[in-house]
Amino acid sequence: MKRKHQRMSLLGLAALAIAGAAALILTAFEDNIVFFHSPTDLVTKEFSPTQRLRVGGLVEQGSVQKQGDGVTVRFVVTDTAESVPILFKGILPDLFREGQGIVAEGTFRNGVFQASEVLAKHDETYMPREVADAIKATGQWKGDE
Amino acid sequence: MAEFFAMNGYAGFVWPAFGLSAVILIGLFVSSLRAMRRTEAELAALKGTDGGENA
Amino acid sequence: MHSFANPTRFLRLTRALQPWAAGVALVCLAAGLYFSLFASPADYQQSETVRIMYVHVPAAWMAMFCYVAMAAGSASFLIWRHRVADLVAKATAPIGASFTFLALVTGSLWGKPMWGTWWVWDARLTSVLILFFLYLGYMALYNAFDDQARGARAASVLALVGVVNVPIIKFSVDWWNTLHQPASVVRLDGPSIHPSMLTPLLLMAVGYTAFYAWVLFLRVRTEFAAEKIRALRFRQAAVPPARELKSQEG
Repeated sequence: MKRKHQRMSLLGLAALAIAGAAALILTAFEDNIVFFHSPTDLVTKEFSPTQRLRVGGLVEQGSVQKQGDGVTVRFVVTDTAESVPILFKGILPDLFREGQGIVAEGTFRNGVFQASEVLAKHDETYMPREVADAIKATGQWKGDE
Repeated sequence: MAEFFAMNGYAGFVWPAFGLSAVILIGLFVSSLRAMRRTEAELAALKGTDGGENA
Repeated sequence: MHSFANPTRFLRLTRALQPWAAGVALVCLAAGLYFSLFASPADYQQSETVRIMYVHVPAAWMAMFCYVAMAAGSASFLIWRHRVADLVAKATAPIGASFTFLALVTGSLWGKPMWGTWWVWDARLTSVLILFFLYLGYMALYNAFDDQARGARAASVLALVGVVNVPIIKFSVDWWNTLHQPASVVRLDGPSIHPSMLTPLLLMAVGYTAFYAWVLFLRVRTEFAAEKIRALRFRQAAVPPARELKSQEG
């Protein structure tokens, strides 16, 4: 009986120690675990113009334009507080559309984000098209528009 | 029918996802079942030579 | 609970439950597949790729569920020296590893068309990859020692250390920003999935769980038989006779 209890408390202590260590490590590396920065981060924090980083936010309505060369796309990403213009040359993912969340990877120089990759982020809501249309018709839509 | 298999252009992603799930899960099941049959048969044979004292 | 620690009683229980697990698994998986592929709508944003959710999400849930089962078995083995708990943990490991592999690959097949990438190192994807390596590490460690009892103990310790990863996986999408979206079903304000899509998802989830139980029963029976074979061989070879299936405690 005694040894069982010894083992149990030993295991409990070890579990506490491991959980504590994990919490400390994760807190310490918080900045590296974050997958992308917000436009506010980009504008307020000082990033070196050569540093590769990711910015995530919503594509602003009506901001997507093809540039003169026909391949570069320019659009604005916003977190509603700040917004950052993005230039991207390449293929956009299928889910890319105005009002949707995206994550772009590249460098931030002179107030413009030069993206080498653009990923679409989708939310956790799933529904058939007819339902989405019906909700939009009643004006209850809380989503992208 | 062809429309169903085309998955609106996403056939190359939807079908491999379902196919691989089926292959892995069926494979896991079959290998587990065969291992059990083999091991239980071996045990039965061993008990036979052991005089069945542990039956 | 401790009464299941008796191997004979546990074996009898698995034999009794096995047909039920098999039945539930087959019925739910068949119905789940029908609803996943035929009787559910395409998503308003993701079109037909939403169907990948019905194999991806249950696999990811089972990946975590199996790990918790494995860790619980390991804890019970380390504390009370329950041999049955150890065998359940050992039998769970390859099943959990398979589910984790499926979650990773089907997620990748979903990510490519929707996100635009097969893989990113965000907190959710990385922590699930770590989960996969924990399963592999457990299985490798279990068989790494000549002395089976030492392998069992070392692997159990690893399983328990790794359990810290499970809440990290679950809450990674809330604690940090990730490319992966937050939870849709298990959330405080109720599921954010339309009922027509929740039906196939839940059917598949129940089917996967019953399938786990079914395969687990087969593998536990295999482990028991293998233990008896080892004990018999040992007795045939060695004089004086050794005691079988007892705890290795000194």
